[in-house]
Amino acid sequence: MKSTDIANPNYFHKVVDCQWACPAHTPVPEYIRQISAGDYTAAYMINWKSNVFPGILGRTCDRPCEPACRRGRVEDEPVAICRLKRVSADYKDDVRPLMPKPASQKNGKRIACIGAGPASLAVARDLAPEGYEVVVFDQDKLAGGMMRTQIPKFRLPETVIDEEVGYVLDLGIEFRGGQRIDSLKSILDQKFDAIFVGTGAPRGRDLDLPGRKEAAANIHLGIDWLSSVSFGHTDKIGKRVVVLGGGNTAMDCCRSSRRLGGEQVTVVVRSGFDEMKASVWEKEDAMHEGIPILNWLVPKEFTHRDGKLTGVIFEKVKAVLDAKGRRDLVPTGEPDTLIECDDVLLAVGQENAFPWIEKDVGVEFDRWGMPKVDPATHQSTLPKVFFGGDAAFGPKNIIWAVAHGHEAAVSIDKFCRGENIAERPSPLTNLVSQKMGIHEWTYENGVSNDLRFKVPQKETAIALRNIKTEVELGFDPKLGHAEAQRCLNCDVQTVFSAKLCIECDACVDICPIDCITFTDDGEESDLRSRLLAPAKNLTQDIYVQDGLKTGRIMAKDEDLCLHCGFCAERCPTGAWDMQKFSLEITHAGPGCRSKA
Amino acid sequence: MSYLAKPKFHHPDIETNELGFTHRDYEGSISTLCAGCGHDSISSAIMRACFELSLPPHRIAKLSGIGCSSKTPTYFLGQSHGFNSVHGRMPSVLTGANLANRDLIYLGVSGDGDSASIGFGQFAHSIRRGVNMVYIVENNGVYGLTKGQFSATSDRGSKSKRGVVNTDSAIDLAATALQLGATFVARSFSGDKSQLVPLIKAAIEHRGSAFIDCISPCVAFNNHEGSTRSFDYVRSHNAALNKLDYITGRAPITTDYEPGSTQVVKLHDGSTIRLSKIGADYDVHDRVAAMHHLHTRQATGEIVTGLIYLDGEPHDLHDSLNTVTTPLNELNTPDLTPGQKALDAINASLR
Ligand SMILES: Cc1cc2nc3c(=O)[nH]c(=O)nc-3n(C[C@H](O)[C@H](O)[C@H](O)COP(=O)(O)OP(=O)(O)OC[C@H]3O[C@@H](n4cnc5c(N)ncnc54)[C@H](O)[C@@H]3O)c2cc1C
Ligand SMILES: Cc1ncc(C[n+]2csc(CCOP(=O)(O)OP(=O)(O)O)c2C)c(N)n1
Ligand code: SF4
Ligand code: SF4
Ligand code: SF4
Ligand SMILES: [Mg+2]
Repeated sequence: MKSTDIANPNYFHKVVDCQWACPAHTPVPEYIRQISAGDYTAAYMINWKSNVFPGILGRTCDRPCEPACRRGRVEDEPVAICRLKRVSADYKDDVRPLMPKPASQKNGKRIACIGAGPASLAVARDLAPEGYEVVVFDQDKLAGGMMRTQIPKFRLPETVIDEEVGYVLDLGIEFRGGQRIDSLKSILDQKFDAIFVGTGAPRGRDLDLPGRKEAAANIHLGIDWLSSVSFGHTDKIGKRVVVLGGGNTAMDCCRSSRRLGGEQVTVVVRSGFDEMKASVWEKEDAMHEGIPILNWLVPKEFTHRDGKLTGVIFEKVKAVLDAKGRRDLVPTGEPDTLIECDDVLLAVGQENAFPWIEKDVGVEFDRWGMPKVDPATHQSTLPKVFFGGDAAFGPKNIIWAVAHGHEAAVSIDKFCRGENIAERPSPLTNLVSQKMGIHEWTYENGVSNDLRFKVPQKETAIALRNIKTEVELGFDPKLGHAEAQRCLNCDVQTVFSAKLCIECDACVDICPIDCITFTDDGEESDLRSRLLAPAKNLTQDIYVQDGLKTGRIMAKDEDLCLHCGFCAERCPTGAWDMQKFSLEITHAGPGCRSKA
Repeated sequence: MSYLAKPKFHHPDIETNELGFTHRDYEGSISTLCAGCGHDSISSAIMRACFELSLPPHRIAKLSGIGCSSKTPTYFLGQSHGFNSVHGRMPSVLTGANLANRDLIYLGVSGDGDSASIGFGQFAHSIRRGVNMVYIVENNGVYGLTKGQFSATSDRGSKSKRGVVNTDSAIDLAATALQLGATFVARSFSGDKSQLVPLIKAAIEHRGSAFIDCISPCVAFNNHEGSTRSFDYVRSHNAALNKLDYITGRAPITTDYEPGSTQVVKLHDGSTIRLSKIGADYDVHDRVAAMHHLHTRQATGEIVTGLIYLDGEPHDLHDSLNTVTTPLNELNTPDLTPGQKALDAINASLR
C-alpha cells in the first residue's frame, strides 16, 4: 500500500469524524475541550465562527456529527455533541465585545439577500465585516426564517433566536422586514452586485383525498399551521387531532397540538417506525408526551358530517419487495381503520416554489421546478444570482443552510472581485505537537468510562401547560463537564515517523484497541485482513508508513483509536507523537481570494 | 512509564478464547518500566501465550527475583498468583511452591543479573533437579534496575553506554541450561513475537524444566552502537534455527508442510510443535549436537534463536521424589496422620 500522505488536509480531517460530518466543519473536539476547561465563551466563539447559531443549533441541530462520532463505535452512544453546544451558549459571558465590528470602510459593493433564514444570515455575516453593503429582505417582520416561524418555542425559545439573529444584524446589515419580493427583476433593477436567494422551501404538500374540500375548515397544512401558531394567530386546536406524516414537521405538529388543547393526538404514518424521517430523539420526545405513533396506515378518505370533519379512514399496508428489489406498500386486506378526530394536520412534505422569479430573467429551472445551481459555487445560470439553503437543493436543515451560506459568500466575494469562483479556497490547517513532558500532554488523555448523560427535562405535565415553556433544561455545568469528558479528542492525531522507530513493539503492546501492526506490505484488502484486530470498517482509513529498518510497514487502523496517546507515551524514541490537527474552513475574506 | 491506567475499552471484534476471555483479561497493571523496554514485549508475549492456550489465570503462579525483569510479573496476569522473592532466590521459592502444589503452572521470571550473577547457583540447581516450570530470563546484558552495569551474560568486547569495554567472558545461559540437563531449551528475542509466543506456549506445555533465554534490549542502558544486545545488533546477527507452530491437541492440521523441511514434535499432552527448519539440518532432540551448534555459531558472532533442544521424555522433580499425585497442600489430616494402625504396620515392616 502507498504510504499515507498526511499532508493532504483531508486525511486527518476524516479522522475527526464529527468535524468531517458537520456540513460547516465545526471544530467539535476543540470546543468540547474548552467546555471541559470551563471556558464557555471560547467554546461559543469557536462555534459561532463555524456555524453562526450555536444557541439555536445546540437545541435544534439535526446533528449529522453524532452518528459519525467515534465514541459511538467504541461504546454504545456518541458524545452529546449538540447539547454541549448549548452548554457553551447557556453559560458564556457577554460575547458582544468579541464579535466582529461593522466594517469601518465599505468596499462599494452591494449585495441583496432574499429571505432572512439561516442561509441568508450566514451570507450576510460573512460579507458585511468585509465591507459589503448587505440588504436582507424578508416577507416576515422579524428575521430568522423557519427557525423563527416553524420550530416551536418549546424547543427553541424566542430569546435565543433574537440574540443570535441580533449578532448578525448588528454587523451593519440593513434588514428590510415585512417586504415580500414579488419579482426578481425588481431586485436586479436595483443594481446589486450580487443577489443571494435564501427563500427556503415554503410550501407544504397537500393530500388530495375524498372529503378534503368538504372538511377543509379542519384540515391544515402543517407548516402553515405551525407558523400561524408561532405568530400567535392560532392558539387552540380540537381535542382529537390526527397528524399525517412521519417527519420532524409531524413531530412538531403533534407536540404543539398537545399544548393547544389536543388531548388525543395521534401520529399516523404510511411506513414503518424505523423508516420514519423524524429523528430518533424527536420520536422519543413525542411518545414521551403521550402521543401514539401508528405505522403502516395509508390515509384514504376524510369523513365529514354537515361540512365538519369527523375522522380519517386508513388502509392497512405492508412492505413487500418487488422483482427489482424496490420496496412497495401493498394492502394487507384487513378492514380499513377509522380514526375519529376534530382536526387533521398534514405534514407529508415540503416543496420549493419560486413564483416570484420571472421565467425570462436568465435563472433556469430544471423539470422539477428547481433552479439549476452549481453544488460547489451555488451560482445559478444568471451569474450574479446565487442560491443556498432549502431554496437551492430542497428542504434540509439549519446547519446545511449555514454551510451553503459560507460557500455562497466565498463565491460572491470572489465574483465581486472578478475572480474565478470555481477555484475554491483550501482550508486553513495546522498540526502541532501536544507533548509537554514524557507523559504529559496539553490535553486530558485519560479516557472516561461514563455512558452518555441524559439532558434533564421539565416535568411533562408542566411542559404541556404552555407552548412557550422550553422542555429541555440543558446540561448544567457539572453534567456538561462530565459529558465533555466522554469526547475522545479525535483531533489529537497519532503522527508516526518511521525513521525514528526502532520496532520495539511497545506501542503495539500497549494500544488498548489493538490499532497498530508492524507487518509485511500488501494491498489494502489483504492488509486489512492481516492486522492485529480486523479492520472491517472500510469508511475508515489505514495509516500506512514504510521506511522501517526491517522492511516491514507500520499500519494503523484509524477506526477505533481512542487518541489516548499511550502509544506515544510508551514509544522510547518519539516515533509516535500526539499532534493536534486544526482545520478551519476558509470563509469569505482575504483568505479565500486568489494569491495573484 | 505512564501514570494513567490503560483505558478499559477494547476492540468490539476482539477475539475470545475457550474460556471466553480476551487477551486483555490477561493483563496486569500498567508497566512502570522505561518506554520501549524489551521486557514489556516479553510480558506481552506471555499474556498472548496464556490467552491462546486458554489458561485459567488462577491456575498460574508467577515467581520472580529482583530487577526490572523481575518486576514484570506485576504487569501481566493480574489475576494469577505471584511471589516477588529476594534477589536471585526465585528458583528456590518456585521449587518450594511447586512441591507444595504441583497442579499450578509455574512461570519463573528472572533477569540476567538475577540468574547469572547472584542467583547462578539457584538457577543451576532448579534446572538440574528438573522442576516443572517455565524459566524465562529476560536477558539485556546489564543490570537495568541499578543503572546499566555489565551483567555476567554481557559479551566480552561489548561496549557500555559510556564507552567502557567489557573484559570478562560471558555466561551463555542457554548453553549452561543444556549442560545442566534442562529438557527444553530455547532462545528468543523480545522483538520477534512470532517466534517467542509459540516457544512460550510449548514451554508451558512441557512437563519438566523449560528454559528460555530471551534477549531483551534495555533501551535506557544497552541499546547503543557497540552493544551486542541492541535491537539493531540482535536483528542483524540473529541465526534462527527454526520457525515454530504450536498446535493444541484438538486443532485440525490445516497447513501443508514441505516434507523434509519440517520436524513434527509430539508433546505429552497431545499437542504438537511443527518446526520449519531454517538453514542447517538440525535435530532438536540431540543435546550434544545442540551444544556443539551453539558454540560454533557463537564463535562466528551469531546469536542462535529458536527451539534449541527438546527432550521427548522429560522427567520432573516429583517423579524423582515419588511424591503423590495429589498436591501436598491438598492432603488433609486423615492422609497425613493415617493413625496408630498404619504406624504399627510401618514399624512392623522395619523390624
Ligand atoms: C416544522 C419544521 C421544523 C424544523 N425543525 C428543524 C430543526 O429542529 N432543526 C433543523 O436544523 N432544521 C429544522 N427545520 C428545517 C429548517 O428550518 C430549514 O431547513 C432552514 O430554516 C432553511 O433555511 P433557509 O435559510 O434556507 O430558509 P428558511 O429558514 O426557510 O427562510 C426563508 C425565508 O425566506 C422568506 N421568504 C420566502 N420567500 C420570500 C419572498 N419571496 N420574499 C421575501 N421573503 C421570502 C421566508 O419568509 C423565510 O423567512 C424544520 C423545518 C420545519 C418546517
Ligand atoms: C541482595 C541484593 N543485591 C543487590 C541488589 C541490587 N540490585 C538490584 S537489581 C540488580 C540487578 C538486576 O539485574 P537483572 O536481573 O539483569 O535485571 P534487569 O534490571 O536488567 O532486568 C541488582 C544488582 C539487590 N536488590 N539485592
Ligand atoms: S492513541 Fe495510540 S495507543 Fe491510544 S488507541 Fe490510538 S493508537 Fe492506540
Ligand atoms: S514504540 Fe516507538 S519505536 Fe517502538 S515500535 Fe512503536 S513507534 Fe516504533
Ligand atoms: S532500565 Fe532498561 S531494563 Fe529497566 S525498564 Fe528501562 S529499559 Fe527496561
Ligand atoms: Mg538485566
